[in-house]
Amino acid sequence: MVHVATVVPISETVGANKIVPAVAIPYPLGNPDMPPDEEQRLRRRLVEKSVKALTTAVEEQTVFDS
Amino acid sequence: MNRAQSTSADQRSLKKLRVVHYLNQFFGQVGGEEKAGMGPEIREGVVGPGMAFAKQLGEAGEIVATVICGDNYFGEQVDEAGAEVLKLIQKYKPDLVIAGPAFNAGRYGVACGAVAQRVTEALDLPVVTGMYPENPGVEIYRRFAYIIETGNSAAAMRTAVPAMAALVKKIAAGVAIGGPEEEGYIPKGIRKNFFHQERGARRAVRILTKKLKGEEFVTEYPMPDFDRVDIAEPLSKVEDATIALVTSGGIVPRGNPDRIESSSASKYGRYSLKGVEDLTAETHETAHGGYDPVYANDDPDRVLPVDVLREMEKEGAIGRLHPYYYSTVGNGTSVANAKKYASEIAAELVNEGVQAVILTST
Repeated sequence: MVHVATVVPISETVGANKIVPAVAIPYPLGNPDMPPDEEQRLRRRLVEKSVKALTTAVEEQTVFDS
Repeated sequence: MNRAQSTSADQRSLKKLRVVHYLNQFFGQVGGEEKAGMGPEIREGVVGPGMAFAKQLGEAGEIVATVICGDNYFGEQVDEAGAEVLKLIQKYKPDLVIAGPAFNAGRYGVACGAVAQRVTEALDLPVVTGMYPENPGVEIYRRFAYIIETGNSAAAMRTAVPAMAALVKKIAAGVAIGGPEEEGYIPKGIRKNFFHQERGARRAVRILTKKLKGEEFVTEYPMPDFDRVDIAEPLSKVEDATIALVTSGGIVPRGNPDRIESSSASKYGRYSLKGVEDLTAETHETAHGGYDPVYANDDPDRVLPVDVLREMEKEGAIGRLHPYYYSTVGNGTSVANAKKYASEIAAELVNEGVQAVILTST
């Protein structure tokens, strides 16, 4: 499992082992300030990062920053 | 006051504590979720619940300033926001900081706790705040503040304020602060060594004897509950894998057919994604009451990224997007309920051959 969440300390404290930091609280996988196609690319990048995290072996709780 | 009658003891206790109060955008009377992105600002004197605190504190302390910051601004950049808030607090040279109370509000509790950490580490000042024990701010920051235990909503303000003020007054009076049960704060996890009259070996054997006899005993050290999860094996062949989406962001079919509550959800939903390529304002919405819903309602993929996963499925980048997603509302949902939903959802997912989950939270 990978947790896409904005407030990383909360994710860590509940024990998530793979964390992908999200964009913002009301739009974790988006950005309404971007034009639609740019926002689409942003979402794609975050989901790809999440899928990559799923395939990555970790030894401890890990935050997948860029 | 008649100067001739005052003693040095009176003069010591006459020192009024300078207090700075930290509030979020809502209690700071700026606005609701639409203002949650505001950066830190400072006001002279009291704002909102500060008035009730001032009344309780009386001559013991004065709230000289109030710092107000948006919960999203803080939650989205805890380090930066903490530094900015500290700077504002420092300007007023307080003797003590009051934060919140935050009750069960997660972002607010994290902000209060992070402020407490900054103030403790940089200024070595006492911080008094108030939270419901399940607030994530408690587990992360309890070492850095006296977190008075409160109820789980603002309805508990009328008991939280006197309880917090009582502790502040004790600190103001220079009286020794007692343990958690005595003073009403959540255990800080700090161990203070002292010499006991009786040797440890004797005490341990006495407790053990009671335990063996089946009698009641009181442990001297409750074992901490480390909320850790075993690390799962990484996905080996992602191009063959079935990946499921789960969210605490409350994304539901338009109309919220199962009536999932906007706060303290008593249920979760399982919804079909068969034939669904993309979530839109027409097809889905958010039920979550704890964040500004406008962006998620405009495009629910911003919380549940179905569009991208469908794309990746078509390209063969993942094996398949599981045809059902699970959703609940994380806002104020009890830990006990969250655990129950999670174990039911996980059992179903495993049963249906799902190999991985992307969990999204707001």
